[in-house]
Amino acid sequence: MSPVELFSQPFMQRALIAALLTGLAAPAIGTFLVQRRLALMGDGIGHVAVTGVALGLVTGASPMWTAVLVAVLGSVLIEIIRERGQTNGDVALALLFYGGLAGGTFLSGIGGQSAASLNRYLFGSLTTLSPSDVLVTMVLAIAVVGLCLGLAPQLFAVAQDQEFARVAGLRVRVYNVLVAVLAAVSVTVAMRTVGLLLVSALMVVPVATSQQLTRSFRATLVAAMALGALASVGGLVTATFASYQVNVLTGPTIVLLALTCYVVAWPIGIWTRHRARLREPFASGQAAPAHEACGDHPHAHGPGCGHLAVPHDDHVDYVHDGHRHAVHGGHYDEH
Amino acid sequence: MSGVPAAAVAIANGSVALGGRPVLRGIDLSVAPGEFVALMGANGSGKSTLVRALVGLRPLVGGEVRLFDTPLDQYDDWQRIGYVPQRATAGSGIPASVWEVVAAGRLTRRRLLRPLSRADRAAIADALEVVGLGDRRREAVGNLSGGQQQRVLIARALAGAPELFFLDEPTAGVDLPNQQVLADTLAQLKGRGATVVLVAHELGPLAPLVDRAVVLRDGRVVYDGAALQDHEVHQPWLAEPHTHHHHHGDHHDDRRGADHVPQIASPVDRPRGEH
Repeated sequence: MSPVELFSQPFMQRALIAALLTGLAAPAIGTFLVQRRLALMGDGIGHVAVTGVALGLVTGASPMWTAVLVAVLGSVLIEIIRERGQTNGDVALALLFYGGLAGGTFLSGIGGQSAASLNRYLFGSLTTLSPSDVLVTMVLAIAVVGLCLGLAPQLFAVAQDQEFARVAGLRVRVYNVLVAVLAAVSVTVAMRTVGLLLVSALMVVPVATSQQLTRSFRATLVAAMALGALASVGGLVTATFASYQVNVLTGPTIVLLALTCYVVAWPIGIWTRHRARLREPFASGQAAPAHEACGDHPHAHGPGCGHLAVPHDDHVDYVHDGHRHAVHGGHYDEH
Repeated sequence: MSGVPAAAVAIANGSVALGGRPVLRGIDLSVAPGEFVALMGANGSGKSTLVRALVGLRPLVGGEVRLFDTPLDQYDDWQRIGYVPQRATAGSGIPASVWEVVAAGRLTRRRLLRPLSRADRAAIADALEVVGLGDRRREAVGNLSGGQQQRVLIARALAGAPELFFLDEPTAGVDLPNQQVLADTLAQLKGRGATVVLVAHELGPLAPLVDRAVVLRDGRVVYDGAALQDHEVHQPWLAEPHTHHHHHGDHHDDRRGADHVPQIASPVDRPRGEH
């Protein structure tokens, strides 16, 4: 089958829609989780959702809905433990994670389910989505994106400074639970795309990538959503083409593509942060160090000389091999 | 709305305990509208806890707090209150620009799911100008110096245009030029008729603004009257002689227990000090 024929197949178009929407929704809520230093919460919810999927497979209910239900319950429980426990919250979370994973595999064994049916949810299987699956995915993903963007000012304030938010009259606990519920919903939305075991990657890796290059929250959020969509659609397309030769799974391809973006962005982030430190002006009013002339200087600093110019009170310093030169009469001083 | 203006904030016989240990005992304090009050005292005297109790971040075990003559638990007019917390040492995981942090201060006046109005944008720009950071609004807060970050937090409180300000140690760890900018900002607020309650270990350039000093020692008010010079606050008759000038080892995290007690708890235990 040629690529054009393949992409015109309905199952492939359903997969593309689901990939695009989960790629947008997962990093949107992931940004708020990373901001609150809960990057692994998505992973924990993913483990809990395994029990939900198994429950659906065993009872014959839709695994998607049982997963949503159990994941939301689990995420609210995690949020309560986090709020009350604080110091030892991570141990409680670990108990919940492993309970969820063990419970799920145990249940599906009792129900006589084959490992393959659970695997579809653990590692994702975009191309087996039914039309109703896609509809549910669309509704839930759009709801997550809409709430994340619409309530972004409130969610940002609560995550950035909880006590200030409380004194500003925001209902901090309501917003915290909302973030937990949205995280649970996006985990279940993304479980058919990348799988429950890799779902956290799609929530965290695009955020980590975009924050290498941004200076504001809004830019981080938007760039993370763009990168997430790029990684999941790109991963699906890559996996489809690669599967002409070898057996390639979609979920891991998406995650590896997202990680590749991070590996590319990381050195650029280091370089820009280094440059920002060089450019940082002296605190105003702080006197320059004692007069220290540098030795013979064959190069004349000036606009466009290739050295970074930094304003320093009433004159300009030029960054030169990591230190700063200032014009003083006929020579340069070290500043 | 009687002829005599009610106190902007008042606490009557207020007590706060952390982990069963009393931190504030029987505090009585009433701040009139337009007053500029400095809460002073040695480290551990309870001055930060008092401010946190006044805005409702610390529950009282006894007594009552009233904001604009309304009991704290019924109070919901938060746009009249501006709170400037102690500068957080650890930033959040995601960069936030100066403008975004200041814009959060406008949330007291914004409705849900509405875009910023023109008045909101003007208030944010105005607050940034007052603290002298208008030209740095696009920068990440994490890239600013400590004193500049403190000014960002003040601008955030200013953006909501409140009448009553609570500032928790705004000058701690701030260099002298930045302290001067803070003092100029607070002088402007005072000129506009705002009420200011300020926690300070040392006043420095803020000293000329203070109308009234309240000194705490071991959770009790030991002085309430005309403004004091910094050295007077640390006189032996107000505080222990060996407690001054310890800014750096000063940890304000009062959730922490005593140093020597091992912290053992099961995962779902409440942290100490909560009830």
